Amino acid sequence: MSTAPVNGRLSRLAAAYVIARRDFTAILFSRSFIFFLLGPLFMIGLMSLAGGIGQQVRQNASRPELGVAMAPADAAAMVKAQRVLAQQIGASMPTLVVIREIKPGEVFDPVAEMKSNRANLAAIVTGTLERPVLTGPDGRIADWQGRVGLLAAHALGRGPTVFPPVTLAGIATSTADQTSGQRSTAQIGQMVLFMLMTILAGMVLSNLVEEKGNKIIEVLAAAIPMDAVFMGKLFAMLAVSMVGIAVWGLAGSALWFGLGNGVTNYPAPAIGWPMFLALGVIYFAMGYLLLGSIFLAIGSLATTVREVQTLSMPVTVLQLLNFLFANFAVAMPGTWVEKLAMAVPFSSPFAMLAYGAQHAELWPHAVAVWWQLLWVALLVRAGAALFKKRVMQSGPAGTEKKRGLLQRFRAA
Amino acid sequence: MTSNAADRPLAIEARGLVKRFDGFTAVDGVDISVPEGSIYGILGPNGAGKTTTLRMLLGIIDPDEGIRRVLGHDRPHEIAHTIGYLPEERGLYPSMKAYEAIGFLGALRGLPLAEGRRRGKQLLEENGLGYAIDRQIRQLSKGMAQQVQLLGTLVHEPKLVVFDEPFSGLDALNQGKLERMIRALAAKGTTVIFSTHVIAHAERLCDEVAIIAGGKVPFAGPVDVARDRIRPQVRLETREQDGVWRNALPTDARHEGRHWYFSLPETGIEPLLRALIEGEAGILSLSIERAGLHDAFVAIAGEAAARALEAEPEEAE
Repeated sequence: MSTAPVNGRLSRLAAAYVIARRDFTAILFSRSFIFFLLGPLFMIGLMSLAGGIGQQVRQNASRPELGVAMAPADAAAMVKAQRVLAQQIGASMPTLVVIREIKPGEVFDPVAEMKSNRANLAAIVTGTLERPVLTGPDGRIADWQGRVGLLAAHALGRGPTVFPPVTLAGIATSTADQTSGQRSTAQIGQMVLFMLMTILAGMVLSNLVEEKGNKIIEVLAAAIPMDAVFMGKLFAMLAVSMVGIAVWGLAGSALWFGLGNGVTNYPAPAIGWPMFLALGVIYFAMGYLLLGSIFLAIGSLATTVREVQTLSMPVTVLQLLNFLFANFAVAMPGTWVEKLAMAVPFSSPFAMLAYGAQHAELWPHAVAVWWQLLWVALLVRAGAALFKKRVMQSGPAGTEKKRGLLQRFRAA
Repeated sequence: MTSNAADRPLAIEARGLVKRFDGFTAVDGVDISVPEGSIYGILGPNGAGKTTTLRMLLGIIDPDEGIRRVLGHDRPHEIAHTIGYLPEERGLYPSMKAYEAIGFLGALRGLPLAEGRRRGKQLLEENGLGYAIDRQIRQLSKGMAQQVQLLGTLVHEPKLVVFDEPFSGLDALNQGKLERMIRALAAKGTTVIFSTHVIAHAERLCDEVAIIAGGKVPFAGPVDVARDRIRPQVRLETREQDGVWRNALPTDARHEGRHWYFSLPETGIEPLLRALIEGEAGILSLSIERAGLHDAFVAIAGEAAARALEAEPEEAE
């Protein structure tokens, strides 16, 4: 074999990196990760499709179709006027469909035509340009009266031939509107954070159980400190999650903007969109590490997938409660409820993201991130200690599989 | 087998190690001294505390009481790059290729990944496993995967190698190969410590052994000293079945026909020989055999521990 030894003592960070590198590449290049990525993409695709169809339906619903049954010249003038005015007025200008060109002496019954349902019309315009008649359902036709009059006037050549440019002078929304809007942004942000964390944190758990199944955990535990193993696993999964989020985010954004939507449709957070998004990433990482460290500690005690499912359920429920608590606190800014939600480590990422949506100060985020990191470190150490204490048993005492999970926790 | 082990500095020193699990004392005051460059065996039946002792020495778990010093350090993880460990329950990532697995095990011990992989390929070639270099672990037989893990344990050229039941699951051919490998490691100055429940392995390989039973170590020291704990055994065959010469035999001597078995008397063999000759016993054969490690184990650890040891499945011995 080789030569002089080239290995040296690994620092805790370097040891964690060895684990993280292995886990990251192994997961990223596995077939299951492709399916993992595709699952939410299908969901995003379907939601966007549904949103697009809905938007189309809404647009169609807001642009009624009116039938025209007039003398050929009048009908043509009306259609021409509609084209010109639609450019100025947009979707609120009804679409015109010539349903009959009335010859001199011909009798046309618009009521019968409406009742026949031969065309899906909102109303029918008859008469002449000087005296148009609008026939349609009571309560609806009054809405179109003015626009039909405008069309007729324009068709007669009485409308303006030149549209003067109009300067826009907007006014800011009221404080109440702004607060309400930012609250919505805060709550939507929390919801996205919760969904991502719940979907992704479970991966840590299954990874550790798989590791125990491979029986490699003892090799790892002998070579490097257990907390470095845990840190490596957590950060590998975090990196994998970031890849997932990046893919989903890019795909979702492409669909979203591709369908003509914009971020300006939503109330801007107090801290601004770029910083709010950056905080979203940071608090996702923090929340993920916190939840993941709990999952790791639990996963180290579980021996089967069934046990993992049993154990992950209460943790997920607790996480849901934390989310609901933080969500509730959004509506109570400045109160002890909000402060408590910020201080409790597991609700803190949600509460702080909401804080970012409603307040422009940055320093509380720095404090919160340090606080959350401290808890991650504490939980990782506790998990590693639990693992060393409870899992690496052998001989007659190693009857771990026969003991209940509750007993194992009690004993720990 | 290496010599003069007692003169060397200690690679491992453990004093009064205690480990309890839920009120059960798995290891109860274990003292072990492993000289550098020696082959040291921890011998005992399953559940005796062998694995727990090794895990404490490696820092996988911490002792509840006692001290451990491994290569001069109290915290074994600090010198993990100089230690190799093959656990009893072998495990590798199934999707890794053989050379990648060796590289990864080296990386865990501080070897750069690229260097570990390079050495992995080289080791596989040298050990007749070149055809498996690019095969995934899941594609290898259990025995081959074990060999890959063994090579991964040694890839970083450790000063101390710890094997937990290394012969378990290996066929006779590979057991022989492993024995040669252990001797070669010791010849290079590497300290090798392994646990086993097969006395023959310990007897063939070890300079020193610790006999462990019920979490305690009733004996730790050179194999020769263990054997000397019981008196050599005398086998005698006589032409005559009876005579006054029989009075010279120890009272606890067993006999089957004209064959006699007894421990060598404290007075030595000469007075007995004289009595046999003068009594015209007609000596057909006489042999004095030094006690084997098995007899020593029975004498030291007791019949119950020996029975437990014998009850365990022997590998392809």
